[in-house]
Amino acid sequence: MTQAEKQVGAATEGQQHPIGLYLKIWTLLFILSALSYSVDFFQVQGLMRWSLIIIFMLLKAGLIVAVFMHMMWERFALMTLIILPPLVILVLVGFMVLEANYVHFLRLVFMSGAS
Amino acid sequence: MAQKRAVSDQNITIGQQLVEDWSSDREAFKNVSWGKSMMWIFLLSDTFIFGTFLTGYMTVRMSTTVAWPNTSEVFALTIGGVELPLVLIAIMTFVLISSSGTMAMAVNMGYQRQAKKAAILMLITALLGASFVGMQAFEWTKLIHEGVRPWENPFGAPQFGAAFFMITGFHGLHVSVGVIFLVVVATKVLRGDYEKRGDYQIVEITGLYWHFVDLVWVFIFAFFYLW
Repeated sequence: MTQAEKQVGAATEGQQHPIGLYLKIWTLLFILSALSYSVDFFQVQGLMRWSLIIIFMLLKAGLIVAVFMHMMWERFALMTLIILPPLVILVLVGFMVLEANYVHFLRLVFMSGAS
Repeated sequence: MAQKRAVSDQNITIGQQLVEDWSSDREAFKNVSWGKSMMWIFLLSDTFIFGTFLTGYMTVRMSTTVAWPNTSEVFALTIGGVELPLVLIAIMTFVLISSSGTMAMAVNMGYQRQAKKAAILMLITALLGASFVGMQAFEWTKLIHEGVRPWENPFGAPQFGAAFFMITGFHGLHVSVGVIFLVVVATKVLRGDYEKRGDYQIVEITGLYWHFVDLVWVFIFAFFYLW
C-alpha cells in the first residue's frame, strides 16, 4: 500500500488506529510532563533550563498534534494549511524581541531611579 | 449541477444564498469533511490568538526593568509541611493530559460504533476538564488574596498580573467551553442521534478542539510557568 492509499483508507473509514498506540503516546506525554516539571523542581538554570523546556514542549506538542489530532494520517494539503501559517508568528516574535530590547534600553537610560 | 445552482440562485434572497453556500457540504480537502476542515480552520485562528498573547507576554517581560516574579515560588503550595514548587500547576498539567488520553479513546470508541463507551469516556474527559477549571479558580483566588492585580503585585514586575490573568483566563475560558461542548455531544451520542446517521465523526471533531486546549496548555506551561 502506498502512502497515498493509506491516507485515503484512513480518511474514508474515519481515523481508526490501534488503542495501544494511544496508550503509548499517553505514557510518553506523562513522562515528558514529569521531565519538564523536574526541570523546575531541581532548579536547573540558564541555557540548560531554557533548552530543556523548549525541547520537552516541542516533543509534547508534536505528539499531541501528530497522533491525538491525527495529523500524521491527514493529507499533505491539510498539514500545510495548519502547520505553515502559525510559523509567521515567529516573525512577530523577532520584531518584538528587537522592540522589547530597545524599550528596555530606553527605560534604563531615562527611568533609572524611578523604577 | 453548476447550471442548476445558477438557476435556483435567481429565486432566493441573498440571505438564503449565504446560508446555502456555507452549508452546502462542499469539500476543499479530499476526504476531509467540511465540519472537520472548519474546526481545523477555527483552531488555526485560535493559534494566532494564543500566539500573539504569548508574544505580548514575552514583550512586557523583556522590556521591564523590574525583576519578574519567580513563578516557582509564586505558585508553590505547602502540603504536609513541605513547600513544593509549582505543584498545583504540575497536577493541572497531568489532569489535562489524562483528559486528552480519555478523549483519544472516546474518538476510537465512536468509530467502533460503541456509543455507550464513547459517551462515558467523553464524560470522564469533561469531568477532568471541570476539575482543571476548578483548580484554576483556586489558583486565581489564592493569587488575588495575595494582592496580585493586573496592574500591580507584591512579587515584582507589575506586568506579571496582566499577563497571568489574560493568558490563563483565556485558556480557562476555552476549557470551560470545551467541557460544555463535550457534555452536549456526549448526551447526543447516548441519545443515539449519531447511530441513526451512522456517523460518529462529530466525536473526532470535538476531540480536535479538546486536544487543542491541551496543546495550548503545553505552551503556557513552558513559557509562562517554567521559563
